[in-house]
Amino acid sequence: MMANELQKIGNAEPVALLKIPVLAISEWREAVLQEVRAGARICALFALPPRDSPVDPADGLARFGALKSRLYAVLGHDREAALAVCATDVEKAYPSLSQVIPQAHWFEREIAETCGVIPQGHPRLKPIRAPLSDAPFFEVAGDSIHEVAVGPVHAGVIEPGHFRFQCHGEQVFHLEIALGYQHRGVERALIGGPGLRTLHYMETLSGDTSIGHALAYVQAMEPLVGIEPPRRAAAIRGIALELERLANHVGDLGALAADVGYLPTASFCGGLRGDFLNLTARICGSRLGRKLLRPGGVCFDLPENAAVEFTRSLEGALRHVNEAAELLWSRSSVLGRFEHVGVVSAETCTDLGLVGPVARACGVKNDVRADFPSGIYRHAKVAVATHAGGDVFSRARVRWLEIQESGRLIRSLLSELAEGLAEGPILHEAFRAGRAAPVLAPDRLVVSLVEGWRGEICHVLITDRNGRIARYKVIDPSFHNWSGLEMALRNQQISDFPLCNKSFNLSYCGHDL
Amino acid sequence: MTGAAGMTQLVFALFCAPFLLGVANRAKALFAGRAGPPLCQAYFDIWRLFHKSVVYSTTTTWLFRAGPVVSLAATFVALCLAPCGGAKAVFSFDGDFIVMVYLLGLSRAFIVLAALDTGSSFEGMGASRELQFSLLAEVGLLLCLFALAWKTGMLDASSICGQLTVEAWRQEAGVLSLLAAALLLVLLAESSRIPFDDPNTHLELTMIHEVMVLDHSGPELGMILYGASLKMWILGTFLVRLVFPLRTGNFAADLALFGGAMVLLAVGIGIIESTMARLRLLNVPKLLLGAAALPCLAFLLSAGG
Repeated sequence: MMANELQKIGNAEPVALLKIPVLAISEWREAVLQEVRAGARICALFALPPRDSPVDPADGLARFGALKSRLYAVLGHDREAALAVCATDVEKAYPSLSQVIPQAHWFEREIAETCGVIPQGHPRLKPIRAPLSDAPFFEVAGDSIHEVAVGPVHAGVIEPGHFRFQCHGEQVFHLEIALGYQHRGVERALIGGPGLRTLHYMETLSGDTSIGHALAYVQAMEPLVGIEPPRRAAAIRGIALELERLANHVGDLGALAADVGYLPTASFCGGLRGDFLNLTARICGSRLGRKLLRPGGVCFDLPENAAVEFTRSLEGALRHVNEAAELLWSRSSVLGRFEHVGVVSAETCTDLGLVGPVARACGVKNDVRADFPSGIYRHAKVAVATHAGGDVFSRARVRWLEIQESGRLIRSLLSELAEGLAEGPILHEAFRAGRAAPVLAPDRLVVSLVEGWRGEICHVLITDRNGRIARYKVIDPSFHNWSGLEMALRNQQISDFPLCNKSFNLSYCGHDL
Repeated sequence: MTGAAGMTQLVFALFCAPFLLGVANRAKALFAGRAGPPLCQAYFDIWRLFHKSVVYSTTTTWLFRAGPVVSLAATFVALCLAPCGGAKAVFSFDGDFIVMVYLLGLSRAFIVLAALDTGSSFEGMGASRELQFSLLAEVGLLLCLFALAWKTGMLDASSICGQLTVEAWRQEAGVLSLLAAALLLVLLAESSRIPFDDPNTHLELTMIHEVMVLDHSGPELGMILYGASLKMWILGTFLVRLVFPLRTGNFAADLALFGGAMVLLAVGIGIIESTMARLRLLNVPKLLLGAAALPCLAFLLSAGG
């Protein structure tokens, strides 16, 4: 049940800022708590600092003073396909939500870091972007306890992050992850847009999720302009998003095999990932799908004559993935490494609000494509894959099931294109070259959800009274899931950390922004 | 004559030991559908390292510098005791194989001390793992050698290996294959191969041997690499002499046969690495205990028979 006072919206449905209830802090807290108890997840919890205020205090709408930050909570009801939004104004401090809602803890740490608003009683108030802080790490004291520090410079070519283990022998008591080395100030750079750079920022929020983030962005923009992308463009977007999922999931299966030293699958999948990237490149010339999407549609079509060849390559690559995965699943030495390692319980998963394949591997059946369908997913139904174990094996298995489902989706979308069900333009005329850029509706908030390959991508766009971006909040799935990795490592062998880490495969820059 | 033959074998071993690494890597690469590094890559690496300068951490003492040198020296002396070829070893006396095992132990002890000397948490972890696992591997190796000594009635390594003939296999195939399996496990564990360790990983937290030598550089790292390949050659010697009992009587032909068998062994290691995943660290001691149990079983079998 949803509390009455909250504004309900759907995925990519703009709402006027005036319609969002601004509650007193105690009511707001109570409302959020009630929603979460009713089964909602926190999709976004962020602050609008005074300087980004969409409403000028001078024009008579001074509902909050210059010193107040406005907190927005976006709560997702997965089963009801509805998002609840509510706001409150806070000055310097407010009683924290994290005491009662664990999944708020990372969000509140970020709010404190970006706006200086203190969530009082927060169990672990420390900036989430480590280089900005000299806050101490958790320490475990006692006999034969030792501390291992890994990173931010790693032995492999990966992103920087710092991991602090408190160990007893080989056993990990506690892992604390410190990120923020890739903080670029993207969200601030987006304010005042959209501009020529905006789409580029979106495609590089997390480079391996170019399509996912770009899709979330265009999906937020289009309803603000009041247009719907052509059906053909939606289908091509769907194909691109599923290809991105395929490439990354296949790469992950290979990397998991490499981490346990199982070479055949590792080397096959490494190459096969490239095959899927090349398919994306065949549509738009970029393996990561850069510059394929734009508000109003897509920039590249999949021509009739190329579709046959495209399908053939896809089938070939999927067949090879099948063979490589069969090798993996049939090897008992591999399964012995995957099973019962890095277990996250379904309760922990729900408490921390984990998303994506990680959550589905705990048996939590959340998938934006099925729960909040938008674009082509309103027509193409997705069978959500889950697995109950919560361990590395489950996470690998869910990826494998999703690979097959993505293959099926792309096939059906391709046949839709081929049968002419989606004939027509690929770019809405409002966005054709040479036209003046359309203006966004002023004073609106829109929440755009996309199921990227890592999980739920949430973009919240707030426009000011001139129709410019006043606040653009990006929540990469990694933002939710990093704390899941910390929990997965409790009481594990420290030598299993790389394997657990790979089974989550989270983005550092997507988190740091 | 025997002295000269022993020396020839020794020189052959000194030259060919790094080649085994190249063969194993090539086998793995072919399995994975890649071309792989050149067969002589280990030689290039050692050569390159010997032309580099050394970087010492300011926290280290003389132990850190002594580690690689003492380790390589001890391994070299152990190699002099191993009958790697058809002829007698350079040094051969009653109980020499016990000395050999503990020379390898000395070599390891100094690598471990050097690792602990750095004070790094990684190297400490590696040292702890190495000691825990080698403790168990050593039991397996010694029991194997004792069993062989008992079966052949000889007390020095050269004579023991001399007694391992086709005739011996005809009579004691069961016992000998148990010992061969145990020796193979010890060889894989001691040369940090899959399923015990992954020589290719870049993940410090999962390494055993590699993580102990992270702080070494230049010629000293070269010594460690070369020492590791010598150790693999020594342990491989016993396995090959046990499993390939064919001998012609001609020294040169026997040496060539032996060399060929060593290459086959390296190919076998490559195949093992290509077809299975690495064990969880928690399960490594169990497999090593298994390796120690096999020679015990061999004892029981032959005592009963």
